[in-house]
Amino acid sequence: MIKINGEDSDAAGQTVASYLAMAGFDASRVVVELNEAIVPKGRYAETTLRDGDQVEIVCFMGGG
Amino acid sequence: MIPDRETFHAALVARHGAERQAKFDSAHVAVCGLGGLGSNIAIALARAGVGHLHLIDFDHVEPSNLNRQQYAAAQVGLAKAEALRNNIAAINPYCEVIAETLRITPERVTSLFDSDDIVCEAFDRADQKAMLVSCVMEAFPQKPIVAASGMAGLASANDISTVRVSKHLYVCGDRVADAADGLGLYGARVLVCAAHQATMILRLIDGTEEP
Repeated sequence: MIKINGEDSDAAGQTVASYLAMAGFDASRVVVELNEAIVPKGRYAETTLRDGDQVEIVCFMGGG
Repeated sequence: MIPDRETFHAALVARHGAERQAKFDSAHVAVCGLGGLGSNIAIALARAGVGHLHLIDFDHVEPSNLNRQQYAAAQVGLAKAEALRNNIAAINPYCEVIAETLRITPERVTSLFDSDDIVCEAFDRADQKAMLVSCVMEAFPQKPIVAASGMAGLASANDISTVRVSKHLYVCGDRVADAADGLGLYGARVLVCAAHQATMILRLIDGTEEP
């Protein structure tokens, strides 16, 4: 199991990019932390989620 | 009559206490984006006596900014960083301001914030917010970032809060309202979010990490 924003997920084996697409996130609007380290924006497609990972996804809304 | 430096500082110490004001005096804060969030945050920090502000925006003041941003009608057409520097000088002439008119890109992030203790994300566009926060966290993993997400429209001001997403990342806002949905931006509600960000920045300077 993987924890994504505190919820259990069975996304092990997926890349960050494929998980974001599947979950309906616009990748250009998000910040992704994996086990308390930032995942650089250029590495979403090559970063694979593994059992036990803790993921935080912040999706930004526009306006300021 | 403009109070001299000692008189001005004594008034801040009387309000905040000497120990806390000393922390504010020596703090360096970068404010990225000087619109409805950033202009209000910068002024709140200057009024609190934060000693060093680094103001960054590529844009110029437009008539559509005046509903929520801290500029005067006579400043339309000026670079926001310069206009805000002038407005802060009129409020707190002893706040040291570095004003930069430039567009923040991933390449620039690595060198832009070397001298800043805290980075405040106050952009307008969602993709630019995500770019800045991601790049700052990559380049400066130990630097606190105070960002904003969700303050458009006229939903309750009570929906806006400060959340500590991870060790060094704080997000203020309702986290759902998107300006792209045609909600509009209202000065009062943007100000609530700006006040959350400014308060969190002052708390961090004071040594408190909890939101």
